[in-house]
This record gives sequence, structure tokens and C-alpha cells, in this order.
Amino acid sequence: MARYGMAIDTKLCVGCMDCVVACKTENNVPEGYNRDWITEEAFGKFPNINLEIRSERCNHCENAPCVSSCPTGASHYHDIGGVVLVEYNECIGCKACIASCPYDARFIHPDGYADKCTFCIHRVEEGKDPACVSVCPTNCMIFGDLDDPNSEISKQLNSRKHHSLKPVAGTNPKIFYLT
Amino acid sequence: MELSRRRFLQISSATVTGLAAVTSLSSITKGAKKIEEKTGKPAKGIQKIPTYCDLCFWKCSAVAYLKDGELWKIEGHTNDPLSNGRLCPRGTGGVGAHYDKDRLKTPLIRKSERGEEKWVSVTWTEALDYIADKMEKIKIEYGPESMALFSHGVGGTFLKHMIKAFGSPNETAPSFAQCRGPRETGFELTFGDIVGSPERTDIENTKCMVLIGSHLGENMHNTQVQEFAKANKKGATFIVVDPRFSTAASKAKYYLPIKPGTDIALLLAWMNVIVNENLYDKDYVEKYGFGFEQFAYEIKDYTPEWAYPRTGIDPKVIRETAYEMAKHKPATIVHPGRRTTWYGDDSQRSRAIALLNALLGSWGRKGGFFMPTKLSIPSYPYPEYPKPERGRVDNPDERFPFAKGELLANGIREATITGNPYPVKGWIIYATNLLQAIPNQEETIKAIQNLDLMVVVDVVPSEIAGWADVVLPESVYLERYDELNISPFKEGFVSIRQPVVDEPSHQKPNWWIAKELGKRLGLKKYFPWNDIEDYLDTRLKSVGLSLERLKKEGVVKAPKQPIYFEDGVQPNFWTPSGKIEFYSLQLKEKGFDPVPKFTEPESPPPGYFRLLMGRAPVHTFAKTQSNPILKDMMEENSVWINNDIAMRYGLKSGDYIKLKNTDGVVSNKVKVKATERIRPDSVYMVHGFGQRSKMLKSTYLKGASDAQLTTKYKLDPLMGGTAMNVNFVTFEREA
Ligand code: SF4
Ligand code: SF4
Ligand code: SF4
Repeated sequence: MARYGMAIDTKLCVGCMDCVVACKTENNVPEGYNRDWITEEAFGKFPNINLEIRSERCNHCENAPCVSSCPTGASHYHDIGGVVLVEYNECIGCKACIASCPYDARFIHPDGYADKCTFCIHRVEEGKDPACVSVCPTNCMIFGDLDDPNSEISKQLNSRKHHSLKPVAGTNPKIFYLT
Repeated sequence: MELSRRRFLQISSATVTGLAAVTSLSSITKGAKKIEEKTGKPAKGIQKIPTYCDLCFWKCSAVAYLKDGELWKIEGHTNDPLSNGRLCPRGTGGVGAHYDKDRLKTPLIRKSERGEEKWVSVTWTEALDYIADKMEKIKIEYGPESMALFSHGVGGTFLKHMIKAFGSPNETAPSFAQCRGPRETGFELTFGDIVGSPERTDIENTKCMVLIGSHLGENMHNTQVQEFAKANKKGATFIVVDPRFSTAASKAKYYLPIKPGTDIALLLAWMNVIVNENLYDKDYVEKYGFGFEQFAYEIKDYTPEWAYPRTGIDPKVIRETAYEMAKHKPATIVHPGRRTTWYGDDSQRSRAIALLNALLGSWGRKGGFFMPTKLSIPSYPYPEYPKPERGRVDNPDERFPFAKGELLANGIREATITGNPYPVKGWIIYATNLLQAIPNQEETIKAIQNLDLMVVVDVVPSEIAGWADVVLPESVYLERYDELNISPFKEGFVSIRQPVVDEPSHQKPNWWIAKELGKRLGLKKYFPWNDIEDYLDTRLKSVGLSLERLKKEGVVKAPKQPIYFEDGVQPNFWTPSGKIEFYSLQLKEKGFDPVPKFTEPESPPPGYFRLLMGRAPVHTFAKTQSNPILKDMMEENSVWINNDIAMRYGLKSGDYIKLKNTDGVVSNKVKVKATERIRPDSVYMVHGFGQRSKMLKSTYLKGASDAQLTTKYKLDPLMGGTAMNVNFVTFEREA
């Protein structure tokens, strides 16, 4: 069984938002909403500054509070790769998941259901990379199977320093930032 | 000296014929309606149609996707040397251009004072008859030279043709004198050739790149950003010189927070170290250089210690970075930048950059500057243009002796105001928002008041459209054919733009507009083709290709050719000496410094800050702000203010303020971004916002316009470009 995750090289990322735009067109994300976004964090005092730029989205957590807080079971772990998904037809739009997500990754779609990044499972099932990964002009995102020691993502995570977001929340996020 | 005559290795067309098909794209029928007409059935499933992007001038090839006949998304074309299968964020958001609610729908004729934006919708026949009639009157009363065309981008091709056939030499684009011009002049004076577009920087193979004010990553020239990341991955050293800690600065080993306007001092000091310590490429300089001894003498006093009080850069850092550049030579690029109209000494700064590259031997070398190749496709066999009786209007008495290539948009504006050397009475403006592009909006409006005819052709009602007599709605790139793209690059290629969907209302493509105007102006013989398919097929067939093939494949590449001296490209320098001119006699002859010299920039008056501007990755100029997808990425700009200054003024991020310049011009309200990432003496804004066209509803008065605050500009004495980073602003609380 695959366990899908993403590693994003912050040394290469330029924060251009192409990943955000590509997600929007690929997935018809409505005007005013986005499934992924860019965070820039600057440390230090001018001119000695460190800047980390991150492309962020749902972390497809292994211990996902959105799944455990969902009263209908609409939020669930997909059979393939442990991707966290919402079954739109079962979602009642109660926002429990939105309140519980430490990453603010979810929003209520104008059609009334909770929506967020799907890891482009429709593409992944066709053997393609997610839209954001395949558009990135700096090629800084790697999508793949964390359980396969030979996957590019595993190799990168084994050989480079990395961190994930809010590890203390205990969610076991599957998006990693290479630094 | 002839500017802008680039010499390429022209690959003969014969070599491309018979190349294997590059992609198998499924359909060449465009749009749902067409499919229904053909098959009688509604379109179903996915169709892919190749075309090239128009969100900026880079012209990446792409593949547009239709889902059940509706425009869905657009991706990079994998066989395209510019995009390598990945578009930049603007290109990816290109589908938004088709869906933009603010698009112009019908031709409009003004019904009250200019600039009041009151219109009557008219038919194409009415609009074109009106324009042709006015153009004829101008021709009779003032001569054909009194019509001028400002255009930007490949779409201007057919209107340029029309205006030349009409008999006017006055055709220009603000992309020269407001943008790349100084750089091209500085490089041409030194190497006898321009940098060109796409830039001939071999970033992918560089081991060390110096970016001076150039903010790759925010400036999204697709291939350059891709190569920047590749070089980064391979461990190249980056040296970033910028008053603002740019995204690129965050990737750099050395960040030099230079005092604005002092780049020449830094460049001179770098060259001083490299020459004095014998770190330059001696063989290269000996073989190809002219006037090196005099040059070395001229720069002998400009030590890092001399540069320190001027630039604020530690002499130790100047030395270390010079060593770093020398260590990696010739695979070192001192990047020439793109918009180089900054402080008024811009051609000389660009020349200093060229000279530093020459010392490092990087021109013509791998990891430095490659020698572009280009597929050669003959132009359409038109009859010869009439010879204008009067020459170009923009540079009377050769006031700017090195303004020899493209015309100065500001020069045409000035002639329109003064009537000197002769009156300009008609402007056609294609796809460029002149109010945002040329500094000092008041002068532009003053010039407009002298016109008998002002026409704007565009896809959305830009600010300048508000001042037109006639506005013509153009199809967006996804709905039209255009000229072929045969840009010079690392490999020769040709790519096509073709319609993917139908126009939503009465918009028309530029080639049709030009042909229809030509017909009315008695220029029929200059438009011998029936339509653009006929035109494109004629050009392509002349080299053994065809429209049918291009429509299917999108891009056809030529076989690779050598692009470096070391691979056999013959070094040629089209300067008067035939060599790289370290010392320029032609500059000396015209009374300019033969080797660049430093002049102290003005300091901001107390309580004022230098206004700097740049690009965001999700917008192009002032063109894309109403695109619904890109608007969602960035709806307004903000003003970057150093934290300490913000604190002193009691400002915090998210506050709205207004900016006031030293001429008393006050901007629209703009959000504060208090940050460590900028010098305390400067503020920064992304260009293109704060637009005041009421028809542009979705972006009306969103953010502030740096162009509005750019009332002052300095003219480059060599080539007449307009330097814009010479304005100072202070803060006003939002009332
Ligand atoms: S597309 Fe790539 S470089 Fe651009 S912001 Fe996203 S992750 Fe970063
Ligand atoms: S994986 Fe797909 S859904 Fe998730 S952010 Fe990327 S493009 Fe959007
Ligand atoms: S750089 Fe971006 S906007 Fe420009 S042509 Fe390429 S994809 Fe289009």
C-alpha cells in the first residue's frame, strides 16, 4: 500500500504561485477560494535576512483531526495512498472539520460542502503528478510514496534536512519542507 | 552604429523539413460550436490544441484543453524550448483572459470629452470607416508621417505593417525607451550586439550569476526562472545587488544592499579589483578586446575603498564577490537585467555590466552569454513600402546620438506636444497602456489633446482606452491566430498561435482589423492574402512546412547548432573596431565618457523615500489585473516600508496610506507592508495597480499606481530612455 506525501524544496521555491494557479484551473476552484497558498517567513534584521517560502495545502495527515471531527464520515482516508478526502455528497457543511484543522486548509465551497486539496487523486490514479507539482517552474515539489524507499521523495527525505508544519499538533502531516 | 540589427546564426529552413512529428495532439478543430457544426453532435471529452501564450512577451508554447467543448486549462508544451512543458503562473492563468468580465465587447466611439469615458457602441463598419476617414484627412493635411503607432507584443505585427504601408515611419513600443533600451545600447556599444529577447543568458550552465536589481522569481520570464532553479540546484553562486531583499536575494550567497543609484560605483570597483589583481580572462581580452590599456588606466583609482562610502558596500565584500566571479569565469553571468530605465545613467551602467562580462570572458561562452540561433523563415512577399518623405519624428537633430534602433515612445509623445520636428496628429495604440508605461501622465494627456484621432485596440478597457476617440475590442490570444513565433534562442524553432475557442461577443483579431483598415485606406495591394491562414501557410510553405503541420504540432524545432565560441561559433563583434570596445571612441567622439564614470545620485529630501518598482510573478505590467484567476492571486499591490521607518511613522502592515511625491501628486490608497526586506531610504511597489479606468470595474482603484507618482523622469543622454527610479514619496494618512 502506498502512502502518498509531498516534499517541497524551499531552497528552490520562489513563491511564484504557479502551484496555486494550476490547482485553480485543474480543479475548477471557484473565484475567491484556493486549495493551496504561499507563506513567506522572513527572519533577521536588514540586511541579514533569512527568508523561507513555502507552498502550503492540506497536509493529508495520518492522524487527521478533520476526519475524526466529521459527524457524517464525509471526511475520510482514501483507500489509495491514505489521501484525506471529502465525500461531497455526504458533507452537510457543518464546518466541524474547518474548526479542527490546524492548517486552515479547508473552506466551504459555494456549493455547500467542505473542500480542500485532494492531492489531485484523479491525476495520480492516471499515473500523473498532481497539477501543482507538474506546473512548478522551479521543479521544487516532489510527490510520491513515503513507504517506497526507492521513491524520489524518500531519497530526498533521507538525505536532506526537512521539517513539517506544527508537528506538536500531533497530526502526522505528510507534507515536508526541505531546507 | 545600427542598433537592433541582431545577427543570428540563421538555420536554413531546409534542415527542418522532414523532422519527425513532435506531438500527436488530437484535434485541430476549435471550440464547441465548430465541432457541433461539423459533426452535428455536441462536443464531448477532452480536446488539446497547441498555441503560444500571450500573457507576456516571452511567447511560451502551450497546449490548451477543452472539456466538453468548454475552455478548461492551459499547460506548457513539452516540445517547447521556452516553457519545457511548464508555463509561468500568468500563462497558467491565461484561460482567465477569455473569461474576463471586463472585456471590451463592441467597438466604441467617444461621445463626450476625452477621458470622460462616455461611449456609443457602434458596428465594426462604423468604427473602421470613422478611423479611415480621419486617417485620410490627417494624410492630406499633414502627411502620412503624422500618424503614429504604439504597440506591444506580437499582435502588433499587422498594424505595424499597415502603418508602414500608409507611409509613416513612426512606429514604436514602450518596451524600448521605457524598458530594455539602455541595456541594448550599452551592450551594442561594447560587443556590437544586443542582449535581445529572450535574453541570451546561459543561466542553466552558469556557475556564478550576479543579479543587479534584476528580480528573477518575481520577474517570471519563464525559461530564466526555470534555469535559475536548475543552476541553484547545481550549486551555482548567486550574488544579488538590490536595495530590497528580493526573492532572488534569499537564494544568494552574497546579498549586497546597495544604496540606490550607485551601481556604477560598485561595477567600477569590481572591475578595478579584477584588472589590478590580474583576475581577468587575459587570452580573451587580448584576442577580442580594443582599448584595454586606456580602459585599465581610466578605472585605476576606483578601488573598493573608493566605492564604499558611495555604495555602502563593505570593501571586503566587494573584493570577495569579485574573486567569486573571477573564480568561475567564463561561466559567470553579470545579468544585464531587463527594465533598465532607472537613474538616467542607464546606458553607461549597462555598458559597465557589459565590460565586466567582457573581463570575465563570458560573452559567447558556456555558462555566460550564448549566441542565439534562429530558424529562418522569409517574411511574406509584400510589395515595397512607400518611402516616407520625412524621417522619424522622435529624435530631432539626433539629440540622442545612440537612439538608432527602435523609436522612442517618449520622443513621439514630445513631438505630439511641441509639433517639432513636425506635427503628430493621430495615434493608434495597440495592447499597451501608455498611461502606465511612459512616465508623467500629465504629458501623455497633454499630447493626446493635440490629436485629431486617437484609437486604442485592446482586449480590456485599459486606462489609456478611456482617453481614446475610438476603442476597438480585440479577440484574446486563445481566440485568434497571430504571427509565427521564431524567436532567437538556444535552438531554432517556430511555433504557432491559433484559435482555441470562439470570441464571446463582437471581438475581432488584430490581423482582420489591420486588413480591413488597409482596404479602406486604399492599401489593398499590401494585403494580398485572403485571411491569416493563407498568410501563415504561405510563409510556412516557403520553407517546406505547412499551417496544417504547425496546427497539429504547435512547435517545430530545428536541429541543434553550436551556440558558444568554444563549440565553433565564429566570434564577431559589430563595433567600429570589430572588437569588444573597452574604450569607446564613438562615445568619445559624441562627447560622452569612453569608459563609464560614476555620478552621485540625488538623495531623498528629508521625510521622503525613493520610490522603487518591480514585478509580481502573477501579473504582467498593467495588463492582467482584471483576469479573474490572476486577480484572485493578487488583487492589489502594497507599499513595502522598512520596519524601523514604519514604526517611526506609526504604521503597521495592513494599514492603508496614500503616497505623495515631491510634485504634490497623491496616490490612491495602498496597503502598508512593513518589512525588514528593504532599505530604510526606499519604498517599493509592484507596478500596474491603482488603475483609474471606470470601465475596468474589477480592478478600478485597487492599490496604488507607481506610474502616477512617476512625474519626474531623467532622459538617458545616449539613447533617450526615460529613467523612472528618480521620484521620492512621503506618507499621507488615509483620511
Ligand atoms: S509553483 Fe513552485 S516555485 Fe512557484 S510557488 Fe509553487 S512551489 Fe514555489
Ligand atoms: S495536489 Fe492538486 S488539489 Fe492539492 S494543492 Fe496541488 S493541485 Fe491543488
Ligand atoms: S513567461 Fe509566462 S506569461 Fe510569458 S509567455 Fe511564458 S507562460 Fe506566458
